Amino acid sequence: MKAYIRSAVSISPQNTFDNSSFLNGLAEYQGNRLNCIEPDYNEIIAPKLNRRMSRLIKMSAACALTCLKDAGITSPDAIITGTAYGCLEDTGIFLTSVIEQDEEPLTPTAFVQSTHNTAGAQIALLIKCNYYNNTFVSGGVSFENALLDALMLLSENEQANILAGGMDEITDISHTILSRTGLYKHGPVSNTNLFLLNSKGTIGGEGAAFFLLASKPSEHNLANIDAVATFYKPADITETAQHISSFLAAQCISASDIDLFITGNNGDAKHDKVFAQLQQLLFDRVPSANYKNLCGEYPTSTAFALWMAANIVKANSIPAILGHTGVTKNKINKVLIYNHYQNIYHSLILISAC
Amino acid sequence: MSTVVFVAGAGVITGIGNNVPGCVDALEQGKTGIDTIKYLQTNHRGQLPVAEVKLSNDELAAISGFSPSASRNVMLSMIAAKEALDNSGIKDIPDLRTGFVSATTVAGMDKTEKFFADFLPDHSKGKLRDLRYHECGNITAMVAEKLGIRHYMSTISTACSSSANAIMYGARLIKHNVLDAVIAGGTEALTKFTLNGFNTLMILDEQLCQPFDENRRGLNLGEGAGYLALVSERVAELLKANLYCALTGYCNVNDAYHQTASSPEGDGPYWAMSGALKMSGLQPADIGYINLHGTGTQNNDSSEGTAIKRLFHPRYPKLSSTKSFTGHTLGASAGIEAVFSALAVQRGLIYPNLHLQTPIKEFAFIPESGFSTDPELKNVLSNSVGFGGNCSSLIFSKL
Repeated sequence: MKAYIRSAVSISPQNTFDNSSFLNGLAEYQGNRLNCIEPDYNEIIAPKLNRRMSRLIKMSAACALTCLKDAGITSPDAIITGTAYGCLEDTGIFLTSVIEQDEEPLTPTAFVQSTHNTAGAQIALLIKCNYYNNTFVSGGVSFENALLDALMLLSENEQANILAGGMDEITDISHTILSRTGLYKHGPVSNTNLFLLNSKGTIGGEGAAFFLLASKPSEHNLANIDAVATFYKPADITETAQHISSFLAAQCISASDIDLFITGNNGDAKHDKVFAQLQQLLFDRVPSANYKNLCGEYPTSTAFALWMAANIVKANSIPAILGHTGVTKNKINKVLIYNHYQNIYHSLILISAC
Repeated sequence: MSTVVFVAGAGVITGIGNNVPGCVDALEQGKTGIDTIKYLQTNHRGQLPVAEVKLSNDELAAISGFSPSASRNVMLSMIAAKEALDNSGIKDIPDLRTGFVSATTVAGMDKTEKFFADFLPDHSKGKLRDLRYHECGNITAMVAEKLGIRHYMSTISTACSSSANAIMYGARLIKHNVLDAVIAGGTEALTKFTLNGFNTLMILDEQLCQPFDENRRGLNLGEGAGYLALVSERVAELLKANLYCALTGYCNVNDAYHQTASSPEGDGPYWAMSGALKMSGLQPADIGYINLHGTGTQNNDSSEGTAIKRLFHPRYPKLSSTKSFTGHTLGASAGIEAVFSALAVQRGLIYPNLHLQTPIKEFAFIPESGFSTDPELKNVLSNSVGFGGNCSSLIFSKL
C-alpha cells in the first residue's frame, strides 16, 4: 500500500497556499492562537456558493479545488476527509440558537452545514464527483485514518486518483473552551519562542491541507507515502519505541535510514518529553525538525506536516525557518513524521523521495 | 487481499428493544417503538413523537458500566457493541487483531447542550467534563477501552449513512489484513440539537411516520446503536457455529445533487445498490429483501423508490422500512438496519413496514405490511442515504 503525492495544497497560519514559494519566512504570532492566512476565495469558489460556506468549508474547498487543478485532474475517484472537530462554527451557531431561543423556530442553515461530512460533501457537489466519499472523525488520528483509507482504495483500484485532506478550525468558542481545559499556554508567548519556554501548554492552531494521491507515478510527483500507522495510549516510552521500530521494520528499514524526523513537539514540556526520549532511544543521529511553531496545535496538524514533508522531499532542502538540526546527507530520501495528540493518539507517516 | 468477510455477531439497542432478542420480538409482533417523548428534556415533548430507548440514563448506566452522568450516546454504543462482541465468540480466540469502528453524527451533544446552557451566559461557567463526549472519536475510544480493544479504532461521520461506511471500512481493514476481527456499526442518542435541526427543516412527522406511503408526512427521530462483529475467513473457520452470514457486497457513492436533498432520479441510491450488487456478483433478481432507508420524507422515499424502480422493475423483492419501528436513528441507523438485515438473512425473517395505508402511486411495488418468514431468503440489501449526498448500500448473503 503506497501512494504518490501528485499535488499538495495547504491553508495554514503560514503563507502556504501559494505553492510558488515554500515557507519563505515565518509568519510571527504573539499569543496562543494562530489563525489561518486565507486566500481570496472569490478567485477559487464561485462567490454565490462561497457566501454560504463557513470558514472551514471554504478553506477545505479552496485547498481541494487547487489540489485537483495542480494535479491536472477534473474529478477524482474518491474524496476522503479527516476532521476531529468538524464544523465547529456552524455547530456553535445552531447550538447557541437552540439554547438562547429556547427551541423556538430557527433557521436550518447552520444545522445542515454542521455535519462532519460537509466539507467532503461540498467538494463533491462543487465538482460533481459521484464516487466514494468518506469522512473520518477519529480525534487526533482523523487525517491518518483518511490516509489509510486512501492507501487501501489505491490497492483496490490501481487506476484511482484520490483526494484526501485533513482540516480543523478554531472558533472563538472553541478557543475559550480549550483554553479553560489548560491546553494552551498562559502569559506572553509567540510562535518564535514556543520551544524555549519549557512551560505547560501549547499554542492553538488550525488549517486545511489536501493531497491528490495515485498509485501510478507521474512527472510532477512530490513524494511517495510509504506507510501510515496509528496507536493508542501507549503504556510508556518503551511501547512507543516498539511501535515505531516495528513500523520501520515492516518497511524493511531502520531508524538510521531516516533522513529527517519531523516531530509533533508543541512547546508543552510534558507533551514534548516523549519526542526527546525517542530522539535519544532511536533517532540519536537523525536530524529532526518541528512544525507546530508554524501551524499551532490541532488534531489534524499532521496534514500540515505531510504537506511540509512532501515539499521538503521534493525540494531536497529544509526551509531555514524550521530550526532543524543539521542535515548532513546530500539527498533527503526518507522522512518520518511522528506525532501524538495529548499522548492519546499517536501516529506515524513515512514518506520517501520518488 | 481476501475477498469475503463474515458476520459473526450482532448487537443492537433501539426504541423497540434493548438487545437482539428484544428487537426481533418487537419486529415479529409489529410493535413500534415510536411514542411520546419521555426522557429527552425538550419543549417539543407531547408534540413530536420519537423512538427513545426505553431506559433512563441511570438504567443505561447500570447496564453499560458508564456513570449516569455520561452521554446517552456512549452508553448506547457500549451496550450494543458489547452484545456484538460477546455474542461473536471472538474474545475466546487468542491474539486476534481486533478493531472497533464506530459511527455517530452528534456524539455527546446531549452533554454539550447541558454545558452550553451554563456557558453561554458566562464563559467561565459550564462543567468541562460534560464536553468529554463532544468529539465523535472520544465516544469510540471510551467504548473501545471498556471493551478491551486497543489494536485499532476509527470513527466515521457521513450523516445518516455513517454506520454503513463504518461497516464497509471495517470489512476492508479485514480484507487488507490490517485486522482479523472488527466490531463495526454506529450509535446515536436523541438530542435537542438534532430534534430542533430536523424540526426547522420541517421534515418531522407529528404523527407516527408512514414510510413509503403516498400520504407520508415526514420522519420520526429515534435513538440507539447497532454493531456487527465482522471476521476474516480464518477467524470464521474457527467460529463456524456462530456465523450469521457473509457481507458480500457494499458500495459508497455520492449523489452530489444537494446538501440535504436527494436527486429526483435517485442516482445516489441507484449507484450504491448497483455497485454493491456488482461487488457481490449478484443480479437484482437474487435479492430477496430490501431493508429500505425509507425515512418517511417526501424526498427520500420518492428518490429511493425511483432508484429501486430503475434497478428492479418489474421483479421487485420484498421490501420494508424498519424506521417505522425504530424511528430514524441518524448515524446509528445503518448499523441497526445492518443488524436487522444480517438476522433477516440468517433466519429468513421479513419485517413489516408499519402504518402503510396507501402505497405510493407512482411505484409498482408495495412494501410488506406484515411480518413473515422465508426460509429461501438468500440475499438482503440494506440502503442508507445521508445529508451531503452520502449513499451506501450493503448486501448480506446466506452461508
